[in-house]
Amino acid sequence: MTPPAEPAHKSNAMRWLPLAAFGLLALLLLAGVILSRDGNREALPSPLIGKPAPAFELPVLHEAGRLVTSQELAGAPYLLNVWGSWCPECRVEHPILTKFAESKRVRVIGYNLKDEHSDALRWLEQFGNPYWLVLTDYTGETAIDWGIYGAPETFLVDGDGIIRWKHVGPMSEATIRDELLPVLAEVEAR
Amino acid sequence: MLPELGQVALILALLIAALQAALPLVGAQRGIAPWMAIARPAAYVQLLLVGLAFAILTYGFVDQDFSLRYVAENSNSLLPLAYRYTAVWGAHEGSLLLWALVLALWTAAVAHFSQRLPMPVIARVLGVMGVVSVGFLAFLIFTSNPFERLLPAVVEGRDLNPLLQDPGMIIHPPMLYFGYVGFAVPFAFAIAALLDGKVDARWLRWTRPWTNIAWAFLTVGIALGSWWAYYELGWGGWWFWDPVENASFMPWLAGAALLHSQAVTEKRGSFRGWTLLLAIATFSLSLLGTFLVRSGVLTSVHAFAADPTRGLFILIFLGIVIGGSLVLYALRAPGEEDGKSFEPYSRETLLLANNLLLSTACAMVLLGTLYPLLADALELGKISVGPPYFALLFTLLMAPLVLLLPFGPVTRWQREQVSKPLAMLLPWAGLALAAGVLAFFFAPQGSWKVAAGVVGAAWIGAGTLRFVWSRLRNPGSRFTAEMLGMTLAHLGVAVFLVGALLVEGLNVQREVAVKPGQTIEVGGYGFRFDGVEQRQGPNYKADYGTVQVFADGAPLVLMHPEKRAYASGGQVLTEAAIERGFTRDLYVALGEPLGGGAWALRVHIKPFVRWIWAGALLMMFGGLVTATDRRFRRVDTPPREVAR
Repeated sequence: MTPPAEPAHKSNAMRWLPLAAFGLLALLLLAGVILSRDGNREALPSPLIGKPAPAFELPVLHEAGRLVTSQELAGAPYLLNVWGSWCPECRVEHPILTKFAESKRVRVIGYNLKDEHSDALRWLEQFGNPYWLVLTDYTGETAIDWGIYGAPETFLVDGDGIIRWKHVGPMSEATIRDELLPVLAEVEAR
Repeated sequence: MLPELGQVALILALLIAALQAALPLVGAQRGIAPWMAIARPAAYVQLLLVGLAFAILTYGFVDQDFSLRYVAENSNSLLPLAYRYTAVWGAHEGSLLLWALVLALWTAAVAHFSQRLPMPVIARVLGVMGVVSVGFLAFLIFTSNPFERLLPAVVEGRDLNPLLQDPGMIIHPPMLYFGYVGFAVPFAFAIAALLDGKVDARWLRWTRPWTNIAWAFLTVGIALGSWWAYYELGWGGWWFWDPVENASFMPWLAGAALLHSQAVTEKRGSFRGWTLLLAIATFSLSLLGTFLVRSGVLTSVHAFAADPTRGLFILIFLGIVIGGSLVLYALRAPGEEDGKSFEPYSRETLLLANNLLLSTACAMVLLGTLYPLLADALELGKISVGPPYFALLFTLLMAPLVLLLPFGPVTRWQREQVSKPLAMLLPWAGLALAAGVLAFFFAPQGSWKVAAGVVGAAWIGAGTLRFVWSRLRNPGSRFTAEMLGMTLAHLGVAVFLVGALLVEGLNVQREVAVKPGQTIEVGGYGFRFDGVEQRQGPNYKADYGTVQVFADGAPLVLMHPEKRAYASGGQVLTEAAIERGFTRDLYVALGEPLGGGAWALRVHIKPFVRWIWAGALLMMFGGLVTATDRRFRRVDTPPREVAR
């Protein structure tokens, strides 16, 4: 006669149900964490990649009164790096960018976004100026054309004025080695 | 030097928390009194240390110490003083520090107000809270250090996210955290009971006020978030079923179920295992909410911080705390046999229905929130479930809850004849239906929603007041704080229903291009656009619009919608102008400039929208008033037999 044991057994199994449910949930969350490690999952590809860089005319930081247009930069590739003295991550990126700029593979152009003129000059004096040329955009109007969210952001534009690569956030040495250099090699090969 | 002191304080707090977790728990299991006695002082010292760290970080903001990376990233020299205090919890690291501080506060409060509880109980409870604290402090120190230096210091900081530079945002996160973390108390009591092996009605009675207070804080926290979204995001909506909103709504639903099941278990001894499981689930959902928001696994408009390492850390922590609790539950949960029996129609049955509906709603929200992740993980593509899913299922689940709600208070425990409460409430049901029919025919639009809102609100309101009347009329019966709290909270549900459904049904919205001097008619009001001027704020430039509102041809009010461009980071924010009213809000938001002085203007008339938050406030007061019931403070006497 075992009927009394039957319900007890059943209720024992029931007690593990919440744990089993949580186990499944945890697996799903683990999958979520692994997926979100892949930075590209969330990164929206810039609609500008493969398209001509927006036309612009911007003042030069170190030469009052001089304006540079997008046409003047055409003919050879350049790397446009958005920065500001107000941007802590730019400081993190700065030595890495400087090291890359010293390799002279490509013109590195600074894009000084929403800054104060004197702050920007002081910042470059303090940390060194790796840029071939620094453009300024203190109203942020041209930045809208480029789809710039903030700083740092970096664009690679080829000799035909086409945007070939974009990176949001500070570049690491790995970013430069694994992402920028292959695209740059491709651009130079043409 | 101060930040280093803050760092040291955090590390010491972690060590103390480890002590508070280990010694009292082992001491209670083995009956070693001195080890158990460590629990209380450890809780106080921990509060002191975490409080010190928090104060130092706050000082860093006020003093604008841009050598701290966190300060540099979340404030700048233009930031007004008030926001420098609140910028402390403006991003990930500070939010977590606030979490840890709130936990330390609750722990110290439990230590202080538990003098009459037996030592082994309180040692276990504080021990469990210590375990939670270890997890959060370790998370802070190892993955999210707020005291990290940036050397040499930057000249100027970036700014606090402009969305957060707002009075509503000052108190939203602390309230939310008080709610989330407050559920650690019933959780710790549940674990203590499981460790102890006996689920005593006395511990339950003692935890009920804590659950109520936590739930009240969570209610007001969620309401503040909704209110903030309403006036700050410029869309005029008040709830978006956004993952972050859902993350706070799930513990709220589970907590609401817990409030009710605790009442049954405390008074009748039934649902013991279920109440324990709910206590575990409610706090687990609070932790899950923290995980979802902080790991960036789900993206949303709120995605302020995303970091996979952090995600992994919290996930492991979740696994230990929740997994461990559920293993303990499976091994030690009491059977359901020992409660007092009840018949199919009784208050127990109604509260069981309440619990089923609320938990199902909670599971539905969980499923909807995680479904996009599931789809992504199984490579079914990127799917968003969206408001239609939530709104439909939530309405379906809440409708029976609204229908049954008035029956609960007027139905007796254990056994009741269906006819009695039915006879009591039927006239009021008739009245509510009549009001609904009237509303249906008089509503200019959205008749079904308006009628549903009026019927639901009138039914709950009248039914609840009928209960109050029958208690007051009978000189022999008492009206306790617990009943008053319940009445307030249930009336809050009625008020909320008016707001939620009437604004859904009657909202009038127009988006138009206007030139200065032009007048548009919306919902019986005239809005004359008087142009836009430039204004300079402390850390932003604003397009400052002026709109003259007319009612029946007479000037009513001047409204000033703004668009603010913040100096750093360049985010542009809409500041909608809102003319508040008891029965309607006028809502004007500035869109894009269209050239030639013309602007896009968004005008809403939002009837009864304020009632949404008023209802939430009533629910909050309900929770707080319930918590003051004297009965909860008695520890020694057996549960009172309910007067028949």
